[in-house]
Amino acid sequence: MNILKTYKIYIGGQFPRTESGRYYLVKDTNGNPIANVCQSSKKDIRNAVQAARKAFGSWSERSAFNRGQILYRIAEMLDGRKAQFIEELTQQGQGLESAKKEIEMCIDRIVYYAGWCDKYQQILSSVNPVNSSHFNFSVAEPTGVVGILAAQHTGLIGLVSQLMPVIAGGNSAVLIASEQLPFCAITFAEVLETSDVPAGVVNILTGSAEEMLPTLAEHMDVNAIFLSNVHAEMEKNTQLSAIDNLKRVIVKNDEWTQDSTQGISFISSFQEIKTTWHPIEQIGGATSSY
Amino acid sequence: MTDSNNKWEYAPSLEGTSHIQLKEKYDLFIDGKWIKPSNNRYFDTINPATEEKLAEIAWASEDDVDLAVMAARKAYKEVWSVMKASERAKYIFRIARLMQEHAKELALIETLDGGKPIRESRDIDVPLACNHFFYYAGWADKLQDAFPQRNIQSLGVAGQIIPWNFPLLMAAWKIAPALAAGNTVVLKPAESTSLTALKLAEIIQASGLPAGVVNIVTGNGDTGAAIVNHPDIDKIAFTGSTAVGKLIQKSVVGTSKRVSLELGGKSANIVLEDAPIDQAVEGIVNGIFFNQGHVCCAGSRLYVQESIADEVVRKLKQRMQSLYVGNPLDKNTDIGAINSKEQLGTIEKYINIGINEGADMYQLECEIPSKGFFCRPTIFTNVAQSSVIAQEEIFGPVLTIQTFRTIDEVIQKANNSPYGLAAGVWTDKGSRIFNLTSKLRAGVIWANTYNKFDPASPFGGYKESGFGREGGLHGLEAYLK
Repeated sequence: MNILKTYKIYIGGQFPRTESGRYYLVKDTNGNPIANVCQSSKKDIRNAVQAARKAFGSWSERSAFNRGQILYRIAEMLDGRKAQFIEELTQQGQGLESAKKEIEMCIDRIVYYAGWCDKYQQILSSVNPVNSSHFNFSVAEPTGVVGILAAQHTGLIGLVSQLMPVIAGGNSAVLIASEQLPFCAITFAEVLETSDVPAGVVNILTGSAEEMLPTLAEHMDVNAIFLSNVHAEMEKNTQLSAIDNLKRVIVKNDEWTQDSTQGISFISSFQEIKTTWHPIEQIGGATSSY
Repeated sequence: MTDSNNKWEYAPSLEGTSHIQLKEKYDLFIDGKWIKPSNNRYFDTINPATEEKLAEIAWASEDDVDLAVMAARKAYKEVWSVMKASERAKYIFRIARLMQEHAKELALIETLDGGKPIRESRDIDVPLACNHFFYYAGWADKLQDAFPQRNIQSLGVAGQIIPWNFPLLMAAWKIAPALAAGNTVVLKPAESTSLTALKLAEIIQASGLPAGVVNIVTGNGDTGAAIVNHPDIDKIAFTGSTAVGKLIQKSVVGTSKRVSLELGGKSANIVLEDAPIDQAVEGIVNGIFFNQGHVCCAGSRLYVQESIADEVVRKLKQRMQSLYVGNPLDKNTDIGAINSKEQLGTIEKYINIGINEGADMYQLECEIPSKGFFCRPTIFTNVAQSSVIAQEEIFGPVLTIQTFRTIDEVIQKANNSPYGLAAGVWTDKGSRIFNLTSKLRAGVIWANTYNKFDPASPFGGYKESGFGREGGLHGLEAYLK
């Protein structure tokens, strides 16, 4: 007899059940029950935001090299557990070849963003030649806590493609997984947990986007929202809720399976530009012209 | 300490205004021509230092805005987006040069219409505005080099709404990058300070810029709303209050309009115990009293390390006594007129709140003109972090002073604000500067200086201070796909 697994959620480096005590049953294509999944609540969202805020400071201040090491470690751990992910995708009704392809693509995409961790800064930053005796430079800094609604039509590639540029850039994240395809999201949380990703940097919740997204969009301690493939009404409502604290709302309607669905623009969407000025002393007549 | 009764007296040194040319009545600049407003309504613009009327300004209706957007669309399609980029550059260079030739006149009109000291209009606002056009002109034919990783395209018609604190400079910040990136423009200056934008329209007309590429429509908030809500606008750029910024953001939800917002601030200016104190005091004064404190990035929250707080406050008070409040046309004047009666009311309201909250107020003891809108430079000590005057943007010459013991404490206090526009740090230790500047959540950080601006330097905020950058390479991004 099969074990009917209960998939728990991932908040602050822990795997609690939803505080609401609600679950939904996910069935296979033949209608047989496969697993119970947490129907997370608004309170779970708030707990996750709190954890993400707490983790943001130290994650954003880690060296870029270190973030790259950790992201690469995620790819290694995912590679090591490929079989489980492929099985979960097929359980949810995906063909075997397509499932294999999707997981390979996920691993490649994580490696791709691992490589970006200590490079995007040099592309996005500048030294600015101001018309006065100042040293002036602009650098990219992470926006803060990012709320992500993972593309609902994929089990993992959407989630990975949205999450990786956000954390590669030093943000922390609260992610709502695909409601109908939730298994890989939680198994991926186990991968994150064993890859030295600090507690709270990524928080993953399962359940109804309709129920949880408004709470995330309204939350005053969330700095940005990342949507993918949502219907117009949900996008509009999210945009309206985001106004209160001027969250940056990024919408990318992608299938996430093309090479064009990765790139530095996905990182820079969750970066702020900071410009710093400092005077340059000008005394005496010595010049550099020798 | 200098006795305040023993002040230096200056002989007035007034800048003459005889050679400036102002019309009695200004129409709307649409499609390269001066057009009367459709409802034939005009409003007065006054000199806030004397309350005397300077000119009448057209009040653009929705129909007028529609006309301006149509002109901008036509110019975009038929002329500006198909013109060779290097030719586009030459027009913008030409505008920069013409502005330089009119610099004196522009500075005087800026001071008359807005109340800022002539020294600031002459040495800061106008040169920076000219330089902004000069800087972006050169980008027009190098856009692909700016963003080699993508295939860049202009957006179309940009609707731009600017504030009254740096009228000409803000017009330059908006128009120059928009044109360089290949967009056409409908710009609305603030109601109380339309004149230099209209002078700029005359310059643009004289430059031979194709009709409709830049349209300038004057009016109040309704005119601005007509721009924001116009269906044929591709991009809204707004500088102003956070409250209005949020309204704009709300009205574009569900449309494909792109938005960039430069909004309010409550910026922390932090003085550490090893700072060069006399320089820091100059920086504090420049941070909060520059342009009567009508500066979105004003250093309005001062944090002084406890061990030097008494000395800094004493020296600050002493320095304040040598500030000269008065006629903005006087070259001795440090602090000119408050921009409008309404704004003076707002500032006075906050000063009263500060007093009622129990903070200790200190003001410069000085005569202020009996006519016009003036406010004495004001500082508050014994201010709580939760105090209204330490949290809300006042947009006037009002400083709150708090103390701190550790660097961790001041980072938390400084970041404890919904705003994130700017911050200042004063210390002699390099490693400490970088510790603070990297942890302060703000878009512009001045270390051992304050309120410096440059066309090459990106400017803009974190959090509720808005999004998008103006200035530098990053400033192009707001006007490109």
